Parts: sequence; C-alpha cells; structure tokens
Amino acid sequence: MSDGDSTLAEGKNLERQAAITGIGQSAVGRRLNADPLALTADACLEAIADAGLSRTDIDGVSTYPGAGISGAPGFTGAGTSDVQDMLRLKLNWFCGGPELPGQLGAVINACAAVATGLARHVLCFRTVWESTAQGTGRRAGIGTAGSGRFRASGFMQWTLPYGAASAAVWIAMMARRHFHEFGTTREQMAQIALNARRNAGLNPKAIYREPMDLDDYMAARMISEPFCLYDCDAPVDGSTAVIVSAVDAARDCRRPMLRVEAVGSALRGRPSWDQFDDLTTMALRDAASMLWERTDFSPADVDVAELYDGFSFIAMAWLEALGFCGKGESGPFIEGGEAIALDGEIPLNTHGGQLSAGRLHGFGLLHEAALQLWEAGGARQVPGQPRLAVAAAGGGPLGGCLLLHRED
Amino acid sequence: MTEKPFRLLPDVGSDNEHFWHGGADGELRFVRCQDCQVYVHPPSPVCPDCLSRNLRPEAVSGRARVHTYTLNHHPWIPGFEPPYLVAIVDIEEQEGLRLTTNLVGCEAEDVEIGMPVKVCFEEREEGIFIPLFEPDDR
Repeated sequence: MSDGDSTLAEGKNLERQAAITGIGQSAVGRRLNADPLALTADACLEAIADAGLSRTDIDGVSTYPGAGISGAPGFTGAGTSDVQDMLRLKLNWFCGGPELPGQLGAVINACAAVATGLARHVLCFRTVWESTAQGTGRRAGIGTAGSGRFRASGFMQWTLPYGAASAAVWIAMMARRHFHEFGTTREQMAQIALNARRNAGLNPKAIYREPMDLDDYMAARMISEPFCLYDCDAPVDGSTAVIVSAVDAARDCRRPMLRVEAVGSALRGRPSWDQFDDLTTMALRDAASMLWERTDFSPADVDVAELYDGFSFIAMAWLEALGFCGKGESGPFIEGGEAIALDGEIPLNTHGGQLSAGRLHGFGLLHEAALQLWEAGGARQVPGQPRLAVAAAGGGPLGGCLLLHRED
Repeated sequence: MTEKPFRLLPDVGSDNEHFWHGGADGELRFVRCQDCQVYVHPPSPVCPDCLSRNLRPEAVSGRARVHTYTLNHHPWIPGFEPPYLVAIVDIEEQEGLRLTTNLVGCEAEDVEIGMPVKVCFEEREEGIFIPLFEPDDR
C-alpha cells in the first residue's frame, strides 16, 4: 500500500485508501418539474467544484440504481452513460446498477475502484424525480395494477397477490415483530420522525419544516400499521453527488479529505424481504457488523450518524445494528428524543433525514455526513468539531454503510 | 370476505405451478429435497443444504403460526381495497419456512403474533389458487 499509516493488517482495509473530497446537490423539492438530467448536472458539477477539481480530473463514475431499470415512476433519473456523455468524461472505470448492498453500495464500489488504482477521482451520484413523475405526490406502489393481463413474477409473485405492494408493508411487518419481541411502542418510534422534523426546521433545503409534535404524529393517518404517514419518507425530486478520490490524489483537493475508515457491505442471511432469518434486524445487521470488523474505532467514537429512514423503523434498526444501543433497545434509547438530538449522545439525521428533508435515497445522508465533518452545517451543525461520522443506507435485504474520518 | 377481491396474479410456469395450482387439490405444496428432506422456498433447482438436484413438490399440513402482520390501510393497488391484513406466517413443518399472505376470517384486533392459523384457498382464473390463512381452532 502506498499509504503507510494503516493500523490494520495490510490488505484488510483497502477502503482506507479512499476519501470523500467533494459534495454537491441540486435543488430538492416536491414537483420541481425539472429535467432529472439537469438536476444531475447541477449536483455533479457542484461536487466536482467543491472538491477543487475540474471535469477532466474525473476518471470514474458510479451510481445506483442506473438507468433502464423498472421501478416506481421517477425511481431513477440518470445512469452512468447519461452523465458521461453529458459532461463528455473520459473514464477509466464506471459502474451502475441496483444489485448492490444498498444505495450507498455505489459509493463502496467507488472506494474499491480508487483503492485498487482503477480510477483516481470517481463521481458518484443518485438522482430521483419521484415527486414529479408520480404527479399526485402520493407514493406509488411497486408493480402497479392495470389490466387483468398483468402477472407478477420473481419475488413480487409472493407479495403482490396479497396487496403487499410496497416496502412500507414489508417493513411495517418487521417493525411489528420488533414491537412484539422487545415491547417497542409507536410513541418511541415517533422520535425518529420528530427528531427529523426538528432538525429539518434548521435546514433551509428541507421539504417539511413546520414544527410537529407527538400529538400530530399520533393523529396522522395510518399507512400500514404500525406505520403512519410520518413514518414514511417523502418522495422528492433532486440529485446528490459525492466525489470519491484516492487518498494520494485527495491531498491536492480543496477540502480536508474525509478518509473512508471502513465500509460495511455484507449480506450473510438470505437476500429476501420475508425469508431473512431475523426480521427485526434486517440485512443491515450484517453490513454494520462488517463495518466494525474493519476498524479499531468503536460506536462510542462516532460523533454523528446519518442513518437511512426510508421508514422510521429502519433508522432504529441501524442504531441497534451499529451498536449505538443494544439489540432490541432502540425504543427506550430514543424515547424522549434527547439521545439523538443535535446535542445528544449520537446526533441523528441532522438535516431532517429522508422523512423531512426528502427521499434522496441514501445519498442525502452521505452528503450530510460530509457536510457535518466539514463543519458546514450552519444552524444544524453538531457541536464540538465532529471527526467521525457514519452514513448508512438501505433496509430489508439491502444495507451498506461507511465510516468517515476527518483526520486533520 | 363474502366476495372475491381483485387480485394481481402470479405468472405461473413450470417452476412454481405446484404452489399456485396446489389449492385445486386442497394442498399447500413446497419443493422438498428428497435426499435431506428440507423444504425450499421460493423454489430452487438446487437444495440449499445438501446441493442435491433431487427435489420434488410435496404437500404440507397447511398449519402455521403468525410470525408478524400488519393491517394495511393504504390503497396500493386499485381494486384491492384496504383495509386488509398482510402477514408472514411460519409453516409448521420447518423452522424458517415462511410465506407472505393475507389473514382472513378474523378481525385485526383479534390477531396476535404466534397465533395458530391454517391455509385456505381462493380460486381465481386459470387454475390459480391463492393460499390464504385463517384462524385455526386446533
């Protein structure tokens, strides 16, 4: 390895040769009616400039889930080819697709690419335009009903005949199981949504900023019990980009580099929404476990956590999986909200999460983790010069996470 | 349920017809390894335990327990109207053998995790029988 300060066995933690060097984000909003490719350009060019680079420095592109896949309308807004051609990039490496350890799997791929010398600066992006594409602003089901000729295949054959058409239904059942095994309550789970809303009030780009209290939460319409409307993230339009650079190349960048201390990409149980061995942990158990197997840091060292909240319960599962509290103990841990507040034990989803800042699908969380480590969080900046952050994305059989370290 | 709701139906072929057509004989069927006796779901040409290719559909008792459930209120699929109960049930014959299904013949407030249920079938077009589960008073 060219970098001599690795503390772990050589080859065990090659991701430490990768660093986040720049971030960018387009306008984010409900029904922007903007070309998703234009949003993508805004995010990508901002990230390149943020790193102090020019587009000729970019020799890799990585994205999730790529263009040309089926899914809810607006689920994907651009693929690698779209971006390469739009910016006329000359690439040594590129990768885009959905079969990854969660949305941030695209960033983990980029870490591997720069660590192995396939690229030096990888532009990673994720674009959604679900709000505009879904028109009414309501969350779309997966595999929409149409004529009687539609037939469900693959995994969906086991769920669509039963009206279990959305991850909301599948994850709701995981939350219910957690409630049953550990005595978790809706009042406890509410704190994920209330904390997000509180932080969103300090974020000018957040979607929902008006104050919300427990009574508002408890009075909201139910989606799939125990989830109410406020347990489900808000579809938006927007694009987020991050630059992953090789550490030796990162030293020339504008910002203090954020070293990728460790990643978690494991999936050791069955890759299934309903056959996974422990529905209360989901697959992110394995990704989180792998992350701590690859570093000398421990959960107590982490200053800020940006954890996927596509549904509120997923953030609770990440809190447990990453060891911020014990297995099954996320309910009592977040009760009252103090532990996860900006000045709490582990500040969580400091920009408002996907619940209140919009469903930027994992990349918004990574963007915020970097922003906090660069102390650019403005009114929502966590105190005390944070140096270690976790960004994690995915639920169900999807899960991937990164531990970022600002070393300067 | 007095009348059959609209349902999205599965794409039935040689790999899954044992499951979706089994209700015609009143049977809930899973592929089972003939060498080590493990049930495999979703169906696979290879036994995940012993890697045998000698698998064949077999009926189970239809008895199960509720692993978890949700009362769904959101109208995801036009024509399949909420509220309805979605559950994941543990099939009695093998730990970890699960199905996502609907619970019928009971009210949401009467459902408990661990509750015994048994299979029943809803006949649809093209010989498809949808396995559903109802309370089992055994």
